[in-house]
Amino acid sequence: MPTVAGPRVHWVSVLTVVFLAVFVLAVLALVAADLWFTNVEAMQKVLASEEVRHAVRLSLLTSVCTLVLVVVFAIPVGYALSRYRFPGSVVLDAVVDLPIVMPPVILGVSLLVFFRTPVGRWIESVEWMRFVYTVKGIVLCQFFLTASLGIRASKAAFDAADQRLERLALTLGCTHGQAFWRVAVPMARGGLAAGAVMAWARAVGVFGPLLIFVGAVPMKTAVMPTVVYLEVSIGHIEPALAVAMLLLAMAMVALVLLHWLAVGRRRWWAS
Amino acid sequence: MLKIRDLALEAGEFRVEVAALEVAAGEYFVLLGPNGSGKTLLLSCLAGLLRARRGEVRVDGRDVTHLEPRQRQIGYVPQDYGLFPHMDVARNITFALRVRGMSHGAALEQLTPLVDLLDLRKLLGHWPLTLSGGERQKAALARALAIQPFLLLLDEPVSALDWPTRAEVLEQLRRVQKELGVTTLHVCHSLDEATAVADRAGVMVGGRLAQTGRLEELIANPANAQVARLLRPAPVAPRPEKGQRE
Repeated sequence: MPTVAGPRVHWVSVLTVVFLAVFVLAVLALVAADLWFTNVEAMQKVLASEEVRHAVRLSLLTSVCTLVLVVVFAIPVGYALSRYRFPGSVVLDAVVDLPIVMPPVILGVSLLVFFRTPVGRWIESVEWMRFVYTVKGIVLCQFFLTASLGIRASKAAFDAADQRLERLALTLGCTHGQAFWRVAVPMARGGLAAGAVMAWARAVGVFGPLLIFVGAVPMKTAVMPTVVYLEVSIGHIEPALAVAMLLLAMAMVALVLLHWLAVGRRRWWAS
Repeated sequence: MLKIRDLALEAGEFRVEVAALEVAAGEYFVLLGPNGSGKTLLLSCLAGLLRARRGEVRVDGRDVTHLEPRQRQIGYVPQDYGLFPHMDVARNITFALRVRGMSHGAALEQLTPLVDLLDLRKLLGHWPLTLSGGERQKAALARALAIQPFLLLLDEPVSALDWPTRAEVLEQLRRVQKELGVTTLHVCHSLDEATAVADRAGVMVGGRLAQTGRLEELIANPANAQVARLLRPAPVAPRPEKGQRE
């Protein structure tokens, strides 16, 4: 970006960079403290544990399932919220955000209560649709906590994609479906992919509602955050931190991917 | 050819009404009008992107008034050219044929004469954001012509270009239109632009088509004061004297 004439350093640049530095140092201090408290041996021991390996596998499996569900829902819902105005659309838009502001534990309680209603009992009575205290329940909790983020990201991505180009595609022979897949989705793909990564990272870290809705049973419903909680609750800080480091590493990979999708691809478009 | 009868459309409070307009097959018709006179709305309606409240639009003998945009076979180049930013020039140009199931390679081969006519060969691998205004205009024109349209709609195709490029692009537009014989409706607000390309012209004021005819007839016998004002040659700014700032 071209710079304006005059001093490169002024009070706005100094103040904002100081705030940035303070925040980055605070985050790094937390990570450094975790690293200082654990060691390679503890990491190896923890990773050799069958319970932890099961939790890692379960975390990856459920978060990927959740990601698929979120993508399937968020793209059409985000598109509808971005493109169509109809009576009640403002209310629907607000309801979509509800799970973001709802405390996660309350979501667990709400799900538990829902499955005690007649509709919930009927769902639970079907063998392959049981959610309470099952792996499917983990996916359900993760879905409710991450779908809103995915939808919000999807809406923002479609808002940024020029709707007039979709209409122009109609004059070139597209049906509305073709204009959606060939023009709207590719134009929004950077934002959609970034939203998907964000939703996945959030799904891996879901904890509160799981304790209530599916329990924390090792080798059954315990995922990585649950294992951290169980280890800390019995005073095993080192193993807890070792699992936390693994979670952190996964989150870092997701964030790098997110940054590449959100910024890198935009540069590639412009180049 | 294009035939419009008793067409009315609305956008909010604004109404556009065209009692009658005929553009002959292969004719280059320029619709002049000040900003906000409803020219772009009329083009959107002809392209099928805006529903007509009443009236009839016939293109090449077919009643297209209630057809979807994709069924009309009308090429449309919007004011900002509307190139798809996620496709290179080649994929933009072949878009309409790919939508109809043709492969990119086959479509590009089929469009080779058009690519050569518009001198686009060296730009095929470029991305829209890296093109100049004139290059974007040519790419958008090629994309619209790829569907072999019965009617070509050009919405202020040179308004974003500088004067030397405008003259060049207008000359090319006229040459391509003559060579392909495509009926063209070009909207703009510049008399110079209209003079450069028009076989015939029309003037739109306040959402209504006020007058149509050959440009010299319109200039000689304007239907009313608004038309006369619009068709007055643009005043030339006096050359600054020596020592005076421009």
